[in-house]
Amino acid sequence: MNIHEYQAKEIFRKYNVPVPQGKVAFTVDEAVEAAKELGGDIWVVKAQIHAGGRGLGGGVKLAKSLDEVRQLSDEILGMTLVTHQTGSEGKVVHKLYIEEGADIAKEYYLGMLLDRAAEMPVMMASTEGGMEIEKVAAETPEKIVKVNIDPTIGFQGFHGRELAFGLGLPKEEVGTFIKFASALYDAYMDNDAEMIEINPLIKTGDGKFLALDAKMGFDDNALYRHNDISEMRDLEEEEPTELEAKAHGLSYIKLDGNVGCMVNGAGLAMATMDIIKHEGGEPANFLDVGGGANPETVAKGFEIILKDPNVKAIFVNIFGGIVRCDRVANGILEATKIVDVNVPVVVRLDGTNAIEAAEILKNANIENIIPAQNLSDGARKAVEAAKGDK
Amino acid sequence: MSILVNKDTKVIVQGFTGKEGTFHASQCIEYGTNIVGGVTPGKGGQEHLGRPVFNGVKEAVASTGATVSMIFVPPAFVADAVMEASDAGIELAVIITEGAPVRDMMFAKMYATKKGMSTIGPNCPGIITAEECKIGIMPGMIFKKGNVGLISKSGTLTYEASHQVVQEGFGITTAVGIGGDPIIGLSYKQLLPMFEADSETEAIVMIGEIGGDLEIQAAKYIKENISKPVVAFIAGQTAPKGKRMGHAGAIISGGSGTASEKMEALEKAGVKVVVSPADIGKAVKEVLSK
Repeated sequence: MNIHEYQAKEIFRKYNVPVPQGKVAFTVDEAVEAAKELGGDIWVVKAQIHAGGRGLGGGVKLAKSLDEVRQLSDEILGMTLVTHQTGSEGKVVHKLYIEEGADIAKEYYLGMLLDRAAEMPVMMASTEGGMEIEKVAAETPEKIVKVNIDPTIGFQGFHGRELAFGLGLPKEEVGTFIKFASALYDAYMDNDAEMIEINPLIKTGDGKFLALDAKMGFDDNALYRHNDISEMRDLEEEEPTELEAKAHGLSYIKLDGNVGCMVNGAGLAMATMDIIKHEGGEPANFLDVGGGANPETVAKGFEIILKDPNVKAIFVNIFGGIVRCDRVANGILEATKIVDVNVPVVVRLDGTNAIEAAEILKNANIENIIPAQNLSDGARKAVEAAKGDK
Repeated sequence: MSILVNKDTKVIVQGFTGKEGTFHASQCIEYGTNIVGGVTPGKGGQEHLGRPVFNGVKEAVASTGATVSMIFVPPAFVADAVMEASDAGIELAVIITEGAPVRDMMFAKMYATKKGMSTIGPNCPGIITAEECKIGIMPGMIFKKGNVGLISKSGTLTYEASHQVVQEGFGITTAVGIGGDPIIGLSYKQLLPMFEADSETEAIVMIGEIGGDLEIQAAKYIKENISKPVVAFIAGQTAPKGKRMGHAGAIISGGSGTASEKMEALEKAGVKVVVSPADIGKAVKEVLSK
């Protein structure tokens, strides 16, 4: 789960990770009011969406008067922001963060995530603040300092020194940096974060470190023990169909093709997308209906897939194990009674009781249900059906 | 022969009397797995599925001599269960539970390693030595005995692969579902040498997916150490970047962990990589008839 910058900064404050003063605003009036309360004579108006690259997309602007705060807030609020992380459709801005202007002497990058190979967190720092870190990693990897932190010992001084000297900080700034990094480590571990990114981390004219931006993501599996973070979930930032699927125990991701897929198991669901492509088609979605594949989940699956108007055919690919294929076949037939399925459905059922299942589908004799012999036969038939020349 | 488990392996079940534990333990018993007891705190002294129930793993091990534990406890208690098993001298824990927090698994695996216990999973179908011992939730009848070792991150894709291998007239020695979480127990790199050393295994199938670099590590290992033919399929060739595809670990982040980079690394290591998941069986036949 991801949260907004203003929420991440709330968490930072709690852990004494220094951030500039700022306030969230949902309307233009609130934005002006926030600027007044913050005081000063320079403010930053920042669009709050769950994606990076907001500055380049025109979602972060500097205001030098309250009138300018009003004007910029009016511009940004409600705009559709397109960045390299939003996709071409962009994201509508529903919230603003008004922040006091900061005196930037130097920009850095500081991030933390799980190093899967080392099986422990890694903290990464770079002098290339404000740049896309993926780009820095690809082009000038020597400019990124990485330190693995064994959680059984926690964040130690040597971790901090390795990062600080790696960044080339003068020795009088090392202590301040270590304090900052150590607080960040606590914010990461305590909250079961999946990643933290501060880009840029700035050094002010008077030698302080401040998180100018803040991005945090959390391990979904651990949210049950963090009610405060669960409450930060912003449903407006999430794909509604994906949310609906999740509420029914299904895992759905929309793609751009026209062959809908309904599969049991995540690996097989990905493999099904791959084989559709391999047979010359384009998958419309990823959909894992889980182990059960009962009439209700299958019906919900059809309903969700058919919300996408691009879908011209559906490939149901179920490998029956402990859930027998004959039961799944009956489930599919029942589901077609619950949901009006108006596109051809190619059904491939293999595994336990596959022969009985084939018999059930054949005897039902429903026009738009096309049985398939095996995986490649099913994919081929689904691709053909989507082209309309079955 | 086989790897890790066989008909003599003594297995206990943690979370024995729960709904999942009960259902799958009884399926395992039916398959022939030597389940010698189980653990449910507070139910010690009772009998369940004709086996003794213990309050703790230490007691279960002392009384039954079990070396392997199959774990079905709810996600919030997985780390505790794994550490308890490590502490009690269990040699291998097979963690079926889906949804364990990453931080918990990080600590649990570190402790297990310190205590010399191997783990499989979490969020996996388990391990099966065909026609001898099933420790997990896979449909046993799909795994006919044969000469192919199988390592896979995905459950149903494991069944699919085994099914294809059997349809081509071959069978399985041992199949291991390693799971698709960001932190998992035994992986390709640890399991490949076991299959290399197993006299009955003549070919190895490895099924990977997007996310992480375990398949890349495997490719390096295969190039230098594995003489038996390896067939591989990587799921998620069409997966978009930055989206988690069902499994917690199946995500292309920062442009790395793509299917194509893994396929390329494996191909370079001499692995027979199939593009279509429907060609796994055929590829096994091809490498075995050389």
